[in-house]
Amino acid sequence: MTTDESDAGWFASVPPDDPAAARDAIDHGSAVSPADWPRLAVESGFAEDADDYYDRLHEATRHATREAVAERERADDRQLIHAVRAMDDCERVANELAERATEWAGSRFDDVGTGIAGAREIAEREPDGDLDRRVISLSARTAALADERDALKATIDRVAPAVAPNLADMAGPELTARLIALAGGLEPLAKKPSGTVQVLGAEDALFAHLSGRAPSPKHGVIYTHEFVRGTRPEDRGSAARALAGKLALAARVDHYSGEYREVLHEDLRERMATIRARAESTESTGGDSAAPVDDSAVSEEEDA
Amino acid sequence: MPEPVLPDGVERREFDGEPRLATRGEPVYGEPTDGEWRAWDPERSKLGGMLELGFDTGLTGSETVLYLGAAAGTTVGHVADFAGPTYAVEFAPRPTRDLLEVAESRDRLFPLLKDARKPETYAHVVESDVDAIVQDVATRGQATVATRNARFLADDGRLLLAVKARSEDVTADPDDVFATVLDELAGTYEVLESGRLDRFHEDHLGVVATPR
Repeated sequence: MTTDESDAGWFASVPPDDPAAARDAIDHGSAVSPADWPRLAVESGFAEDADDYYDRLHEATRHATREAVAERERADDRQLIHAVRAMDDCERVANELAERATEWAGSRFDDVGTGIAGAREIAEREPDGDLDRRVISLSARTAALADERDALKATIDRVAPAVAPNLADMAGPELTARLIALAGGLEPLAKKPSGTVQVLGAEDALFAHLSGRAPSPKHGVIYTHEFVRGTRPEDRGSAARALAGKLALAARVDHYSGEYREVLHEDLRERMATIRARAESTESTGGDSAAPVDDSAVSEEEDA
Repeated sequence: MPEPVLPDGVERREFDGEPRLATRGEPVYGEPTDGEWRAWDPERSKLGGMLELGFDTGLTGSETVLYLGAAAGTTVGHVADFAGPTYAVEFAPRPTRDLLEVAESRDRLFPLLKDARKPETYAHVVESDVDAIVQDVATRGQATVATRNARFLADDGRLLLAVKARSEDVTADPDDVFATVLDELAGTYEVLESGRLDRFHEDHLGVVATPR
């Protein structure tokens, strides 16, 4: 796809009777605004008349959609694990290289930014001499790696809902991929109890706890979920437990049935609303309860 | 009950002694048939419910339709039976497989595996100035979906929308959710008619609107 075709119809660069090209155009094309495509298709000679156009459209959309469905259903948890790990690697390496590139560039140019954005700016410069060329080339590779990371993220966003529709809706595509990667696959995740799902990604803290050195972790990677992070600290344990419970169920539905179950999501939203309502109810009586707590804190300090 | 204004190609016919809505086409989901007519179950279809409840949908038959949230094609099959070119957008692969079968015997039904929240990903396929948009998507932000897709609708076209309160917020009173949705719609659409579909679909609001 070239940019000047971005507002053309799907048929613009499709030779007649080329289903693969039509599929590619329907799947990956885009346009800001629709247009009178049947008329334009006839004018451009793609179709003889409106009826002919609709016949071709019927054939092309059915073919494209059938292939896209098959591809999305073939997408499996293994691929998602590779994609999320590759994304993390790209991000980590891009950040490291950006630090190196900007530090180096700072010794040669004025006004050097930091991080990936800084590396992108340096990559735009005109080199003057061999060392400049190396710094700028390194920055360009860093920027390309950051782009690759974004592309991987977009792929995860597309693949995760096909692999695990309920998990993806509940946890978002990225967290879904991370949970599946941490568990080692969708099936192992579906077989884990919710308590394990709750602390996936917090293995260090969990083993520290089991050897008696630390309190039990309240949450693992699910901390990144808005339901946990957006809940006040004293209720986060409850929120993490409720979320993990529904995620475990979602993983089972995704693995064993694969169908979207609205009721799961409703249940979780209802439960979260209840947990968050606690904060409101204590805030509204906060004037009364806050004072004694402050007093005890002061007296403890005095004792110490 | 007011006598509904039915589009051409939709009729009330007797099935097992009961008058029911019906269209002409290949059966899709094991619904009762009578010759080439097949019953349209208002409990399985929001648009069927709206017609049964006498909404003035403005549909007359043979129009160009964009259907958002086609799912397995239960309703969009009936729409394609009486309408003209019908674009069916559905995001989930599994129901789309069934939708493909519905499209097989309907040569003016165009299935698209696309996200209704991102109209730019299908604006190169769906034509402009469609006569009606039928929307039945069970995600949050249903008013936003309707607003973003307004670009496809003719100036005198109709938006036929089924709002599911539970998709927006399960804990809120459905009436509050509906008020918020209608409020957001008012920026882009003039609402001509709205009413609960509870007789067939619990906590759903049917809306008929036209672009401002």
